[in-house]
Amino acid sequence: MEPFVRHTGIAAPLLRINIDTDAIIPSREMKRVSKEGLGEGLFANWRYRDVASRAEEPGFVLNRAPWRQASILLAGANFGCGSSREHAVWALKDFGFLAIVAPSFGSIFHGNCVRNGIVPVELDESQVAVLAAAEEAKPGRPLTIDLENCQLVDADGSSHAFRIAEQARHLLLEGLDPIAATLAEDQHIQNFLERDRRERPWVYELPSA
Amino acid sequence: MAELPHWNDYLPTQQPKATHWARSLEAKKVLLLRAMGKSPDTLLPTTMKSYSSTLTLFDRIWNQHVIKAGPSGAAIVAIDRVFLHERTGSIALKSLADQGRQIRSPERVFCTMDHIVDTFPGRGDETRMPGGREFITTTRVAARAAGIHLFDIGDPDQGIVHVVSPEQGIALPGLTLVCPDSHTGTVGGLGALGWGIGSSEAEHALATGTLVVERPRQMRVRFEGRLGFGVSAKDMILALIGAHGAGGGVGCVVEFAGSAVRDLAVEARLTLCNMAVEFGAFSGLIAPDDKTLSYVHNRRFAPQGPSWDRAVAHWRTLGTDPEACFDAEVVIDAGAIGPRITWGTSPQHEIAIDEAVPDPARESDAKRRQAMERALAYMGLQPGAPLIGQPIDAAFIGSCTNSRLSDLRAAAELLNGRRVAAGVKAICVPGSSRVKREAEAEGLDRIFTDAGFEWRESGCSMCFFAGGESFGQGQRVVTSTNRNFENRQGPATRSHLASPVTVAASALAGCIADARQFGKP
Ligand code: SF4
Repeated sequence: MEPFVRHTGIAAPLLRINIDTDAIIPSREMKRVSKEGLGEGLFANWRYRDVASRAEEPGFVLNRAPWRQASILLAGANFGCGSSREHAVWALKDFGFLAIVAPSFGSIFHGNCVRNGIVPVELDESQVAVLAAAEEAKPGRPLTIDLENCQLVDADGSSHAFRIAEQARHLLLEGLDPIAATLAEDQHIQNFLERDRRERPWVYELPSA
Repeated sequence: MAELPHWNDYLPTQQPKATHWARSLEAKKVLLLRAMGKSPDTLLPTTMKSYSSTLTLFDRIWNQHVIKAGPSGAAIVAIDRVFLHERTGSIALKSLADQGRQIRSPERVFCTMDHIVDTFPGRGDETRMPGGREFITTTRVAARAAGIHLFDIGDPDQGIVHVVSPEQGIALPGLTLVCPDSHTGTVGGLGALGWGIGSSEAEHALATGTLVVERPRQMRVRFEGRLGFGVSAKDMILALIGAHGAGGGVGCVVEFAGSAVRDLAVEARLTLCNMAVEFGAFSGLIAPDDKTLSYVHNRRFAPQGPSWDRAVAHWRTLGTDPEACFDAEVVIDAGAIGPRITWGTSPQHEIAIDEAVPDPARESDAKRRQAMERALAYMGLQPGAPLIGQPIDAAFIGSCTNSRLSDLRAAAELLNGRRVAAGVKAICVPGSSRVKREAEAEGLDRIFTDAGFEWRESGCSMCFFAGGESFGQGQRVVTSTNRNFENRQGPATRSHLASPVTVAASALAGCIADARQFGKP
């Protein structure tokens, strides 16, 4: 995974609350056992007037210039709630999103973002609303996500401190492979298993069925 | 602790309804809350957590599983069981194999076919979902290659993952169990800590037997008092989500407690925990008790003999100390809960079945008002209209929320000797092949089919729309499932979440109906 330190891009406002993963990528858009090529299905039910022919819904934010090129999404609270489908994150990534700014996130979605190099930026609802309003008034102003300093810098130079769990920040900044990082702790795992097998043998000795 | 979202993010997204909430918090807690200028119904802020030697059920499970604590509140946590299904597990298995990584403990990994499989009688690998066959065959090949236990199509124990894992004794009290599926917290009903993960995290759990987890905050929801006639766990969880919002539990593991929870049978506890994720929670938990132990006893993968006795001794220690503190606590008067039903497109859009559809004009928060307006337009409902009497097109009993034997029995009791209203498509999909078999042994299938219900093979079926079978444009469905999102059960399908008896009553009436009108049996 590419390390994420700082990114500047256009932010698309989509301030609905409780945007669920079914809305981010409808189930029927997940046609293959694959992580690739899902961007086309992103927000399909909202983005297309006719899903089958892909005829666009002109009013939808991602169908309007300059937001077709957006790499940051401004969203409402509890973004990514609902199903665990990682396809939601793969679709956002495939479309070109690198950061989502919202007051809160669905917890599985949050973990999926971090695993795929998308920064879940947590900002108070009022601050997200101000950014979105400024964006609507003057579309296409660049925003900068500075993960190193946990700052979101507006086009006018003003900056907002944002929240992100330290573990997530670390993984994103370093672009770490989390599996390799855990396997590097193998001695701890071995020690744990040895002790736990004695304490809770039934966890490990499954009746052969 | 790591930086956590600001407390305001957890405030109820809707004002609690006084009639549904007990005012009987202990004086101490009420005083604390009053001092903070909050109503006793709101949640205690995180700073109130006292880190004393008293422990919660969650603390005990967490402590048992921490392999290495990190600096920021995250820890490497041992994962006792991994469960996969053909929709997301296929991707995890394939991707792991592509990277040349091995499964660390394949004997503790299980997989089922539930999401995409057809539920029509006589099914094979063909499914109505475009590309569905690929998911099924990829999963089968990958599961065999990996040497994990597969509940394949045709297996007498096949079923929906969250029905199978408790039923087969794969989920046990005190265990950690993960699955790339959001309703994995269902197993909290047994006192197991289960949570949903993404496919990449599933790869992590498979390859290492661990996950790196940010320690969640802790909330307790106490349902005190006795549930009324015709009211069930589904109504309890909907009432909670309605009062505190679909994000009310974000970042928290929620322990359900109180006399009404202790009174619930184990299957109903699974229903309660199943929808903790619809409350935004990391997971739900209920302390194991005698009912739990007798439920688990003699299940296929549960410990046997001396191993059983040792396990029981350990499980008896799993509970929350009376003095333990939570980051947040909510108390609900169970006796004040009636049958609940959703009117909109979020589980928080729910009301008592005899209430009128709320008016967005009375919502002061602009975003919530817009969400309500969108929901009403999608659902084809008017503010102020009663839900009872709304004509329906379909009725669905199934899903990991409400498709266990007790759910089918409750619905069948109402359906017995009656007929589904003309024009209503009514479907019952047992949660597992075993549930189906047991129901048939009791003759429940006959009651359902005589009433005019379709009786299907087990699977997720129309709980969600995968591109195959659906209810259709604008169809109004009363459903025992857990999600009423836009297009969840089909393009433009309108879903009303409710308990199995409410679904059955509505199917009979041909419109949304209160099961209590059919009287006590
Ligand atoms: S029944 Fe529905 S909610 Fe449950 S696992 Fe299947 S699709 Fe998910």
